[in-house]
Amino acid sequence: MAKAETMTEANTTPRYSSWVLSALTDRTSVSVLGAIGALAIACVLLNQLPESSAFHVPTYMISLFGKYLCYAVLALSVDLVWGYCGILSLGHGAFFALGGYAMGMYLMRQIGDRGVYGHPILPDFMVFLNWEELPWYWYGFDFFPFAMLMVVVAPGALAFVFGWFAFRSRVTGVYLSIITQAMTYALMLAFFQNDMGFGGNNGLTDFKDLMGFDLRSDGVRNWLFLSSAATLAIGYILCRLVTTSRMGKVLIAIRDAESRARFLGYRVEYYKLFVFTLSAMLAGVAGALYVPQVGIINPGEFAPLISIEIVIWVALGGRGYLYGAIVGALVVNIAKSYFTVAFPEIWLFFLGGLFVLVTLFMPRGIVGLVGETIGSAYGSMKGSARRRAEAMGGADD
Amino acid sequence: MSVAALISSLRTGLVTALAALVLAICVTGTAGAQDAASEDALKAALPKLTERSFDVKGQAIKDISTSGDPRALDLLLAIQEGDLYYRKSDDLIVYAADAESGYDIKDALTGEDLGNVGKRKVKKISINNQLRSILKGAIGSLELMSPNPDQRVAAARAMLSNPTADAMPILLTALEKETDPAVRDMLDLAKAALEASIGSVEDRLAAVEIMAGSMNPDVWAILGRLAAKSDGSGSEDETTVGKAAQQALNEIEGQKQVFALVETVYFGLSLGAVLLLAAVGLAITFGVMGVINMAHGEMLMIGAYVTFVVQQLMPNHIEYSLFVAIPAAFVVTGLIGIGLERSVIRVLYGRPLETLLATFGISLFLQQTVRSVFSPLNQPVTTPEWMSGFYEVNGALSLTYNRLYIILFCLIVFAALLLLLRKTPLGLQMRAVTQNRAMASSMGIRTGWVDAMTFGLGSGVAGIGGVALSQLTNVGPNLGQAYIIDSFMVVVFGGVGNLWGTFVGAMSLGVANKFLEPFTGAVVAKIIVLVLIILFIQRRPRGLFALKGRSVEG
Repeated sequence: MAKAETMTEANTTPRYSSWVLSALTDRTSVSVLGAIGALAIACVLLNQLPESSAFHVPTYMISLFGKYLCYAVLALSVDLVWGYCGILSLGHGAFFALGGYAMGMYLMRQIGDRGVYGHPILPDFMVFLNWEELPWYWYGFDFFPFAMLMVVVAPGALAFVFGWFAFRSRVTGVYLSIITQAMTYALMLAFFQNDMGFGGNNGLTDFKDLMGFDLRSDGVRNWLFLSSAATLAIGYILCRLVTTSRMGKVLIAIRDAESRARFLGYRVEYYKLFVFTLSAMLAGVAGALYVPQVGIINPGEFAPLISIEIVIWVALGGRGYLYGAIVGALVVNIAKSYFTVAFPEIWLFFLGGLFVLVTLFMPRGIVGLVGETIGSAYGSMKGSARRRAEAMGGADD
Repeated sequence: MSVAALISSLRTGLVTALAALVLAICVTGTAGAQDAASEDALKAALPKLTERSFDVKGQAIKDISTSGDPRALDLLLAIQEGDLYYRKSDDLIVYAADAESGYDIKDALTGEDLGNVGKRKVKKISINNQLRSILKGAIGSLELMSPNPDQRVAAARAMLSNPTADAMPILLTALEKETDPAVRDMLDLAKAALEASIGSVEDRLAAVEIMAGSMNPDVWAILGRLAAKSDGSGSEDETTVGKAAQQALNEIEGQKQVFALVETVYFGLSLGAVLLLAAVGLAITFGVMGVINMAHGEMLMIGAYVTFVVQQLMPNHIEYSLFVAIPAAFVVTGLIGIGLERSVIRVLYGRPLETLLATFGISLFLQQTVRSVFSPLNQPVTTPEWMSGFYEVNGALSLTYNRLYIILFCLIVFAALLLLLRKTPLGLQMRAVTQNRAMASSMGIRTGWVDAMTFGLGSGVAGIGGVALSQLTNVGPNLGQAYIIDSFMVVVFGGVGNLWGTFVGAMSLGVANKFLEPFTGAVVAKIIVLVLIILFIQRRPRGLFALKGRSVEG
């Protein structure tokens, strides 16, 4: 969120129609949405080429890209709270995983009696644990719309309750970060328990169908990929609308000077609560799309390390730029896919180094760096960057 | 040989020597006369052992045990072990030990070496089960008179676990003479255990009364046997006694619960001590610099690895390795901490969230370094002899030494930190910077230097915490990860700016965890504690002992 941008938006906010219009049609939005669309269509088309072709994109790559897109949505949701409201959540992986579990439960119910034990209702792991009947919280998950509702309701509800307590009592800064981390840690421990009824250690896996279609078929994989791209586009638009609205202005004010915003009469906690819940729901949707493409969801997704990794995607891409979060998620995960295969030893050095270097030398991420390089031609960005850094420092203090 | 045993052997030696010299001094004279009498009794009894009849042998054993001669116990033990023989030629009683051919024999009375004899020249003094039980009682009673109090307690305990009616008179004589309170208590219990099964109803009830407060598992067993009759299956008396026994058992059960509680608190405190060692450095750095050091857990891990390396370097002096490892770990982790502060954290001053991310990156870096240098596997760290084992308070409660030492160690470290903060110039400056950095700086305190020292100190304390941890858990690259979140919780719960906050936070988290564990299991206990803290922080967003001041944010 560069100063120059903020000023143009400030001029365009008064009327709703023009606000929506400008959010969707300004140069950044158009290029971001265009890029997502172009990438998605290109991949799907290239997948249709015969395998002999040099440009053929194999289906597993489609799923891999789909996974990256889900991560991008997740990064978007973290950027919404951290980049625009100054809430550094170290527990967003929890919302992602909850969405994923909701989807996983639907997929488990879809298996029906084709499991190893062939039980008509109970998933394999419950038969294995000698459970007699389905726990009440598994009811309804065989019904797709209900499961999809749960994908947003479960993380949303957790975020709402958590945020309600945290923001009302003005838990901020490092304290908030730490208790979000504790939250995801507690959930991880809980989901590792077998008697929780979510498959314990192994999580949920061996999925077969999605809405009656075979999950392993090329068609379904392409559709999942396209849905991820569409979700990213919609998520982007949504975040863009939020951040360019009047409310977005208040969020930024809260980020930069929380007490001042409160003294001016804004109910800081409600703004935070809204944006935190919305972000959690978005993360949940990302998780729901992630699970069928990866084929498994287990408690490892709740690990604090994963949540903090998401933050570094955003930091690397550029905190406070929605498209920066997307860029960051893609860059880090592509690098991760490469390094963990080619130099598994190096990966943690790389990731660790990334954390340090980004925070030390790239406070505005890749996007900021690029923007600065281009912007220095106009000679206007440097000053605003310094002002912004100062403002952020003040907010964090 | 223990000191007591040495003294006792000196004493017996002296007495025999005096007897041999037959000095006509009054006191020693009577002692000598007594000695002579007991020796006569012993001499009279010994030949009976060669008889075939077990009844006569039994009488002989009783005579030996009552003779009062100091050699009686050895003789009886030898009979029990089957080492006592007699020479067929002259019926002389001898100790025999297996030799390459035949036996090496020694005169049982004088200890004179009689050389090697063929197997057929001697005959073992055989015993049967009846004799065995007589022997056991006789040996027990002799041990009760032993000059060594530990042996007397052991003998009394043996009687308690296997009460026989014949032991009663011995017990009574022993009780008359006994002056050592610990032995007396045990003898009283043993007497009560006997009376509970043989005396009159009043005696038995009184005995049950005595046993009621005991924390000895043998007593519980006796009471349990008595209580089994409380349902009226035995005679009327047995039922009455049984009911009393049942009541006594219930009382004991209550006491056991109290001891179980004490044990839980002990476990909780030891966990709290570990948490305190892990968290106190974090609290100091957070308090002074407002910085959360995510790499703090790795300082613990490095401290534990320093212990490992030190033990590798001095494999023959494991006993002392910890005393080397503690300062070594402090120095190593402290230097790493100062290095981090100078290179990374200083640059990010005033941006705590960024610092959090950067230090997290450092933690990944350190973990991978350790993984590459050592291995991803756990490293074996030896526990010194003096730290293993446990101190048994009573039948219901025993305290393991390693936890005891860790609690003590933690208290020492904590006291040292308190002193450092209260009494040294550095402590004064640290407190000043904690309270108001800008003011401290304008009063001439070099805040940058204080920051570096604080960070070094915090990391160093984590390092010695790691030494302590290496004695409790596996030493591997992920050691720090397991404790870092708990340490955060301690800091969040206790608040910063006051070491006591961290102390109370760590101890209450430790105890709370251990109290919940029996009901819910370890993992759920942890979850509950985390949830409670998340709720707690809503009420007190700055922790239990928040620093009061006028710092305004934003």
